[in-house]
Parts: sequence; structure tokens; C-alpha cells
Amino acid sequence: MRYAETGYNLEVDLATGNIERVQTDPKLAETLLGGLGTCLKIMWDRTTPDTHAFDPENPLIISSGLMAGTPAFSSNRTLICTLSPKTNLLAYPMGGGFFAPELKYAGYDKIIFTNKSPKWVYLWVHNDKVEIRDAEHLLGTGAIEVQDLIREELNEPNAQVAAIGTAGELKSYIATVEMGRGSASRMGAASVWGDKKIKAVAVRGTKDVNLADGPAFLEALKDMRAFVDERNHNRLSSKNIMDIHTGVGSPQAMEIVDESWHTGGFSWGNARYRKKDFWNDELEEAWTKIQYGAIQRFISCYACPQQCGALIWHEEDPPYMAKCYSKLSYLFGSETEDQNFSWKILSKSFRYGVDSFSTPQVLAMAVEMRRDGVLKEEDFAATDEYPACPPPEEKQEVFLWILDRIGKGQGIGKILALGTKAAAEKIGVNPEHYAHNITKGEEQMNVKLGMLDPMYFLMFATNEKQSVPQIEGNWTQDAFRDPKDREEFVKDWIHLPHERFIKYFLDWEPKSREGGPFMNPEYPTPEIASDIVDWMEEIHNYDDSLGICCGMGGFCLKPAYHVHNYYKFVSTAAGIDVDQYGLRKIIHRSRNLHRAFQMRRGMTRADDAPPADHWRHRFPELEEKLLTTYYNFKGWNDDGVPTRIRLEELDLGYVADELEDLGILKKVETTDEDKETWESRRKEQWGY
Amino acid sequence: MAKIKKTIRRINIKADLCNGCRLCEIMCSAAHSTPKYGTINPARARIQIIRDPLKDIWLPVFAGEYTPAECSGRLNYEIDNKSYGECAFCRAVCPSRGRFVEPDSGLPLGCDMCQSDPELETPACVEWCMRDVLTYEEREVEVEEEDLKLDEMKIGLEALANRYGMDEIKDAVARMSQKA
Ligand code: SF4
Repeated sequence: MRYAETGYNLEVDLATGNIERVQTDPKLAETLLGGLGTCLKIMWDRTTPDTHAFDPENPLIISSGLMAGTPAFSSNRTLICTLSPKTNLLAYPMGGGFFAPELKYAGYDKIIFTNKSPKWVYLWVHNDKVEIRDAEHLLGTGAIEVQDLIREELNEPNAQVAAIGTAGELKSYIATVEMGRGSASRMGAASVWGDKKIKAVAVRGTKDVNLADGPAFLEALKDMRAFVDERNHNRLSSKNIMDIHTGVGSPQAMEIVDESWHTGGFSWGNARYRKKDFWNDELEEAWTKIQYGAIQRFISCYACPQQCGALIWHEEDPPYMAKCYSKLSYLFGSETEDQNFSWKILSKSFRYGVDSFSTPQVLAMAVEMRRDGVLKEEDFAATDEYPACPPPEEKQEVFLWILDRIGKGQGIGKILALGTKAAAEKIGVNPEHYAHNITKGEEQMNVKLGMLDPMYFLMFATNEKQSVPQIEGNWTQDAFRDPKDREEFVKDWIHLPHERFIKYFLDWEPKSREGGPFMNPEYPTPEIASDIVDWMEEIHNYDDSLGICCGMGGFCLKPAYHVHNYYKFVSTAAGIDVDQYGLRKIIHRSRNLHRAFQMRRGMTRADDAPPADHWRHRFPELEEKLLTTYYNFKGWNDDGVPTRIRLEELDLGYVADELEDLGILKKVETTDEDKETWESRRKEQWGY
Repeated sequence: MAKIKKTIRRINIKADLCNGCRLCEIMCSAAHSTPKYGTINPARARIQIIRDPLKDIWLPVFAGEYTPAECSGRLNYEIDNKSYGECAFCRAVCPSRGRFVEPDSGLPLGCDMCQSDPELETPACVEWCMRDVLTYEEREVEVEEEDLKLDEMKIGLEALANRYGMDEIKDAVARMSQKA
């Protein structure tokens, strides 16, 4: 019997209509867990460096994580893994909600689509009955409404549906896959749905998911519950950290109204400048009314004890379910302050199915280009299909107008739908000027800060997800001023992977005019910054392979899941005999395979760079040192390629062979001494 | 008829507090699985959340008695501008809907308040709901003596008989006892 996983994938060939239920090798879970880990192996095996996102060979994988369907809290992520047309690298956005567990109950760990369908279809998975159904009549429907239409059509109110809206149909690179309570929305993955002509996937399952040792699993879950209960009743002190980071769960932006930190710290317009003094008591009063007026109910995802989302019933706008930061992103982009506008534009954007991280930046870039005359007034003129764009001073109306053009694939919207970089290139301007907030072609968090921060430099430059908030979280964003507060904070910091981290934190001092060895940018030193960033990335990788919301693990201070307890869930649910170090090794295998995959697709050290103007004060020499130190810390060479020693110890010798054949990894003689040196370093760094 | 003392067990529901996490369904199915906590399958749960998220409907409902008869209802109710099908409120396990039946056999599932040995302090759903939606209540009452309720096996047999006819069941039992 298979535990935690079902042991079957669905393989769907869209060209021939052939559908197969394929048993998977149990060894895969033992070596790469599930979710991201096993997706990586499929992508490595089935693509070449030359495969393009819109080639028929590009697999589109809809994957559950290893823990989906078990009672592990917040194990509900659905991962969409494919090649990104936007970055030409691996895309694997995730969404919360209810889809992945339902897929498990239907008897499958993943659905793998290959080739392209000649006409629009949706897939209906009902336990053993799987059919490709016609979706031509659903073309043009919104990503939210189509979910209910399909449930009605199937007469299955309990089916879970993941779907694209019109943006995905039009292969927009900023399109999303919407799935009830969640969106998978980065790196153009939804455009691959459009390319393959998949409008939606509906799934309903009534089968069992087995646990290897249910009673032991329950014991681990009880401990977690006690922790979550305790934290919900006693949040972390907000003296040194923002309110939204004091609880567990995704930042509680739906619940908390005080937005002094977000509104003051994030950049406005086309991610250009900060409005440090934006927030005031009057706004707080107005926003409290608007926010709580719009929220009909706080809601949670499957198996989650927290409620980070909200059902929004706002004025006459069609209802939807909103999640954390999107509440603010369109406001920043449009440079307005009426929160009613947020709720309004979100209703539209979720229906078109566009990413509320990238889209506001695209809209703001278009506004900036219009102001500069790069986009001409004729681009904003009326046609037979649509009215003229309102004048620039009607900021909200302008945003809604441009969004409509993107969502409907009309006029200038056809170009803007490609995201800031590709759109700027197509319009024929220097992308570095207008699309200035990107890493490897993907829009980043719109923050513009003063002094380079070593940890954030590494996260922006190197992170595999190409989106910083997906990597940070377990370490505080700033040092605490008062040493007593630091002492207090580390007292119950049981989540740290090693006691040396306590010292890092106690030594760390906030910036001051006088400067000093324990402040930015000297501190954390490249070695320490590498250690901390590597650990934070590791946590996110557990989440992505287990399918757990990072709000309960990676993206949370003192979270529910941490290096000392993930393995308890994995071993009792999946029956994989690991302790925390065994699990760490599995995650490292997955992370190195991931890095190798990107390098195989042409990524180089030069691509590991944050947005050029992210910080006003940069330190080129230090930055080079940070990169090299971080690479070497991880067992990579100075080019950022995993070395043969590192790959072989992770049973990835075949990866080293291929990288050498491609000339990406230089062949070097490895002596026993080299191996021993690396092994002792590995033990010291990671304990295995 | 004589009066006897009886313990009434109830689970009270405050649906307004429900956030739709479905932990109650998950834990119900885990507690009723064999071996205990060995399998998870919300389709086997004896509590189910009737959901229509965009309409703000998350309604926990427990499986009640088995009624072999089809329902002749099918009305809709408007409460606080939300419209509910009457099935949403009905706890009966009935042939009209697929809810509260074993997915494999079609046998009815009834909430037994997690009676088990050793006894649980509260039913699993109540224990795991972290939003105080579900609360457990036990009350002693005096009632007229009545026939003991059919136990689960009898309920199951009755459902099978309704489905396949008594003769089929008898034949099946006869065949099985010959094999045994
Ligand atoms: S566990 Fe509680 S909050 Fe969650 S679905 Fe059940 S009743 Fe609702």
C-alpha cells in the first residue's frame, strides 16, 4: 500500500486524447518527496535545454504535495509546474484552496498534460472516470464564474475546479490559474494552459488517502495544534516586528487594517518611490469601515486552522475570495488612496485571471509610458470595440480601462499582457528603464530602499522562485534595537536549525549613522548571510514539496512547521524512514536538481542579480563576494553551478554528467581530499 | 410505557463561525477508519460542510437517520439574502442524494458521536474544530421506553434491501454462507 501519496499520476496527451493512469515508483517519494521535488525530476527527464514553454513537449504538471489529503495543517497547495514563457526557466506557482487534496482523493498525485489540444477543452476527473470535455462554449468566461458553470454542468457541487480566465486564454504572461480560494499566479504558467487550450480542470474524489502510522501522526498534529492555539491567543510582541507578522498563517492582511508599514515601505506608481508618510488616523478610520464592510467572512483553505483569506462582497462588484497583499497592490500602482478601488479592481482582475503582483506594475508602467509619450494617445483612443481611455488624472478609471484591454486582449492590452519586460521590449524602449523592477524577467516586490542588505541581496539575486516573499520569512526583516529584546526573542526560538543562529541574531544591530561591524551592509557577513538565507530557502522547499502553505512554515516568524518537526509528519504519514537530517538531505537533493535545471536552461551567474535600482547605495565588491560565498556555501562553483562532488553525494551523478556534456560544468579532477574537505564542511553546516 | 433515563448527546452548530476548513470532515473520517486514523477520506465523513463559497454558505451538517423514502421537498429557503436548498438543512441519509453514504458500497453513514473504546471526550469533529463552531452537549432526560434503535448493521442491511430487494440479499447471504 502507498502512504500519503496515491502512487498514480494521470498522463493526458492532449493531441491524441489518450489518458493513462500510470503507477509511479515509490522510490521517487523517498528521494524527492512530492510536489516540487518530483515535478523537478519529471521536468528534467522530459525537457531539453531547447524546449520552449509553448512547444508541445513542454509538460504542464498539476501537482499535489506529499502531505495533501492528510490532516497535516495547511497541506493544500496545488502546484503548477511547467516551463515559463516569461523567463524561459522553470515556473511553479502554487495556489491554496481545496484542489490538491481533492485530486488525491480522486486517486492521483499529479496530472501531467503533454502536447496541445486542437480545440478548447476541460478535463473532468471523477475517481477512475476521466474525460476530456469540450470547453468551446466556456470561452470568454471569467476564471471565477467558469468554476461554478462547470460544477453546474457536471451536476457536482463538490467538484473542485482550477481554471483560467480570458487572460490565460489569450496566453498572457501575467495570467493566473484560479482555484476557488487560491490563485497560482507567477511566471506565466497560466499562459501554458492557454497554449494547450485547457480552460479548466475539475476534480472530485471519494477515495482514501492512507497514513502509515495514523496514531503517531495524530500525536504530532496535536503538538502542532497546541502551538497554533497558543500563538493565536498570544501573538508575538509587535514592538520590533509588524503586526501582520506577529501571528501564524499568511500575513494577516485581511484582518489587520493598520497599513502604515506596507503603505510606507512599498513603492508606488511604477515601483518608483515610497510614500513614507501616507498612513494617518483618518485613513485608518476610513479603511477600517471599508475593509470590514467588504469582508463578508474570514475563510481558510483546506485543513488549515488559520483564516488568511476573506470572502468579499463589495458594493455591486461580483463576489470573490481575496488573499493578503493583493489588497494593496493596485492602490500602490494607481497612486490612489480609496480602498474601495482595491476591492473593485480585484473583483475584475480575479475574473480576467491576472496576477495581482505583476499586473499593477504593468498598469503603472503603461501610465508612465503614456505620460512620457512612449505610448501615444492613439493607443488609448476609442475604437468600435471600446471607449477611449479616461484622461490621466482619473487614475482609477485609467487603471480599469487598461486592465480591460489586457483582460479582453484588445489594442495596447495585447502587448501589455506580456508583463513589464516583454511589453517594454515589444514597444521598443529600453526595458531597463521602464521594466526596472524585475529579476530574470519576473516582476518583484515593489520596494525601493536605501542601503543594500546582504540577506535580501542574496534572496533577490538567487532565489529559485524568482519572487522574494516566497523565500524570506523565518528571520526578522530588521535587527532589534534593544539587546534585551533580542535576548527575549531568542529564548523560545526553537525553530532555528542550529544554535549558532542565536549568536547571529544577538550580535546583529540596526543601522545607525555611526555605522559599525554588526550593521548593514557589513553584517550579516557573507558567510552568515549565506547560512541564514540558505536555511530560509530550505524551509520554503519543504513547503513546496510537501504542499504546505508557507504561511505555516517558510513565510512566518516562529512558525508551526520547522526543521525539527517536518520529518515527523513525513515519516508517520508517508512511512519514509527519515529524521530531520535525512529529510534535509532529500530537500537538498531537490534544490540542487532545481539549480542544475535552471543552469541547463542557460541561467548564469550574471542572471543572479536584483533589480538594478532596488537599493540606492550599492557595494559591487561586497555583492560579488556575497554571491561567491553563497555559491560555495552550497557546494556550487564560482559560476553558481553545483559541483560534481555535491551532486554525486546527493545521488545526482547523472545531472553532473549532463552538465559536463553541455559544457556548463567544467570537468575537474576531484581528489579524496577534496571530498573529505567538503564532507566535513557539510556536516558542520547542515549536520548530516 | 415505562419511563427510562437516557443520555441525549448533541452537537451544536454555530454556522456563522465556520470558515470552511473541513478539518471536521477530515478528522471524522480518520476517527472512523480501520485501523483508526489509518485513512482519510472526507467522502466517508459523517459531518459534511455544505458549501457554496461565493454565496457565503458553509454549513456543517451531521448525518442523521436513514430514511428509505425519497424526499418530496425540493424547496429553497431565503435566509439573510442567501438561498439554501432544503437539503442543506436536512440531516437525513436518503436515496435522493449521495451525501452520507459509503462511497464504495452505498451504505448509509450515521453520526455515532464517535462512540469508541476507549471513549473520546468529545466527538473528533468537535475536538478539531478550532473556530468553536461545534460544541458537544450531553444531557440526561427521562423518556418513554422505546424500541432500541437499529444498530448500524441493521441500518446497512435495510439500505441494501431497499436498493437490491430482499430476495437478492437473501440469495447473497445464502451464497456466502455456502462458501464459508
Ligand atoms: S472544522 Fe469547524 S470551521 Fe472547519 S469546516 Fe468544520 S465546522 Fe467549519
